[in-house]
Amino acid sequence: MNLSYRRNNATPLNETIRRRFMKAVSLQTTLQLTFLAIVLSAMGRADAKDAAAVSKQEVQAKIRYCQDCHGLSGQGFRGFFPIPRLAGQQPEYLKNQLQAFVERRRTNNIMFNVAHVLKPAMITAIATSFQQLNPKPLGGAPKKLVAAGKNIFENGVPDANVAACAACHGPEATGHGEIPRLAGQLDSYVVMELTTWTHERGQNPANPDTSTIMKPVAHSLTKPQIEAVAVYVSSLK
Amino acid sequence: MKLLRLKSAVLAIAFSAVSSLAGHAESHAIRNCTWCHGTSAQGYLPAPRLAGQKRQYLENQLVGFSQHTRDNPFSKQYMWFATASLSPKTAHDLAIYFSELSPKPAEDGNQQLAAMGRKIYQDGIPDSNIVACIACHGPNAEGVREIPRLGGLEFSYLQRRLEQWGEGYNKTAMHPMPHVASQLSAKQIAALASYLSFIK
Ligand code: HEC
Ligand code: HEC
Ligand code: HEC
Ligand code: HEC
Repeated sequence: MNLSYRRNNATPLNETIRRRFMKAVSLQTTLQLTFLAIVLSAMGRADAKDAAAVSKQEVQAKIRYCQDCHGLSGQGFRGFFPIPRLAGQQPEYLKNQLQAFVERRRTNNIMFNVAHVLKPAMITAIATSFQQLNPKPLGGAPKKLVAAGKNIFENGVPDANVAACAACHGPEATGHGEIPRLAGQLDSYVVMELTTWTHERGQNPANPDTSTIMKPVAHSLTKPQIEAVAVYVSSLK
Repeated sequence: MKLLRLKSAVLAIAFSAVSSLAGHAESHAIRNCTWCHGTSAQGYLPAPRLAGQKRQYLENQLVGFSQHTRDNPFSKQYMWFATASLSPKTAHDLAIYFSELSPKPAEDGNQQLAAMGRKIYQDGIPDSNIVACIACHGPNAEGVREIPRLGGLEFSYLQRRLEQWGEGYNKTAMHPMPHVASQLSAKQIAALASYLSFIK
């Protein structure tokens, strides 16, 4: 699996990407971002040797278990904690996050427990399966912030040196490679992630990862801006 | 159960008397419930504690009883009748009232099983596809919005609820519990119900 490759060689590769992204953020050139998106997706190419097979039945039972929390169609669920939408999510992103939970690069006890028992072949099967789901967004967010959020998503916040989200996450917020889909994501989840970024992600200094790319973005947005952009992406199909 | 059947019969008479007593509608409406649910709604088995339960959850259950989607035997026997002529306004007011009473824990589970229950509640059993309850019901089993508080409910009520989903009751509801509970063994259910009964 590519992730084990990345683990061993993570630092130089990620560092290069990070630097390029930093530059891209300040220059805001879509061209460069597109190039980097390709680099990222190349990192996510599957290796042939993780084929320790899992049966179709095991995969189905495991997916049903994920759906207990993430919603029957992977649309997300408002539990005591927001449980994110997985439907339509980029498989490479999903795999990388599962690995991040296991390695405690991303700290979350609930998902650590879920993820640390998953075999690589299981992860691949699950990631492909959720990508194919396309339920309508869970919704429930206040409509009046949509316009302000759309503006931030499409144009960024130039005064605060925040790049347009669309430049990396795509004009329709569908993501690419290790850059996640945001379309239809629960607004409460997006708010939670953007306000706790450096407490939850990139927690293993020896192994810096893709979360560094978003760090300046998360830090430069004000709470009202985060709320607006969260509402906007939650409304996208 | 004989006692409860008797109570329902008495209650039917009480109900018809109540409607003619204008003016004290609110306190009578409450007494019609605490008759079964115990003093200050702390529970009187088989009727569970309502005190401190989430308002939105209580209201949803009352709708479930009156529309007969919550169809397990005790619900059918007692609560279908108790909600048959409840107006949405009264249901709403009662839900607010009971949610604001402070709950006392039942503490009637098996101490020996509580540690096992706690472990399942917090971590789940990922190898057996059993979810961590904490994700939805909260770190202190306090619940939120339409997700119920579980902490301090009666052991036998919790046990029965978890068993009944696995047995196919209350299936039509659009929430995760029927599948979540169907994954649990009898021992795991007893452990969870024990742990939860002690939470203050
Ligand atoms: C007990 C409930 C629960 C179960 C079961 C569960 N999850 Fe999660 N999941 C969560 C919560 C809560 C979060 C949010 C974590 C956070 O705040 O960082 C999450 C987050 C995730 C994320 C990160 C998503 C993102 O957009 O960054 C992925 C990927 C994920 N889960 C995949 C899965 C998979 C695959 C399964 C089944 C094998 C699964 N989960 C089972 C509760 C659960
Ligand atoms: C320079 C590229 C870039 C820009 C610009 C960018 N993002 Fe991101 N974003 C990423 C990457 C890469 C990740 C994955 C981080 C990880 O692996 O932890 C991410 C992750 C996220 C996540 C977490 C999603 C999840 O499912 O957990 C959110 C929310 C998010 N971005 C919102 C935004 C918003 C809002 C903006 C605009 C204000 C924005 N991003 C701009 C690259 C970018
Ligand atoms: C005749 C006895 C009786 C009366 C009267 C009664 N209840 Fe109940 N109630 C029960 C029983 C027994 C249950 C447990 C049902 C089960 O096991 O599923 C119950 C369950 C409930 C529940 C579900 C609690 C939970 O945690 O899911 C609610 C809510 C409720 N009753 C509210 C009321 C209200 C409000 C009234 C007054 C309008 C009322 N009850 C009157 C016997 C009664
Ligand atoms: C994905 C969210 C989610 C998870 C995870 C979850 N629950 Fe629930 N639970 C709910 C919801 C929603 C309800 C309310 C159902 C209804 O409206 O009837 C509920 C109701 C209950 C009730 C009924 C309480 C009453 O007063 O009658 C019990 C008992 C319960 N859950 C136990 C558990 C246990 C034990 C676990 C872990 C094994 C668990 N739940 C995991 C969402 C969840």
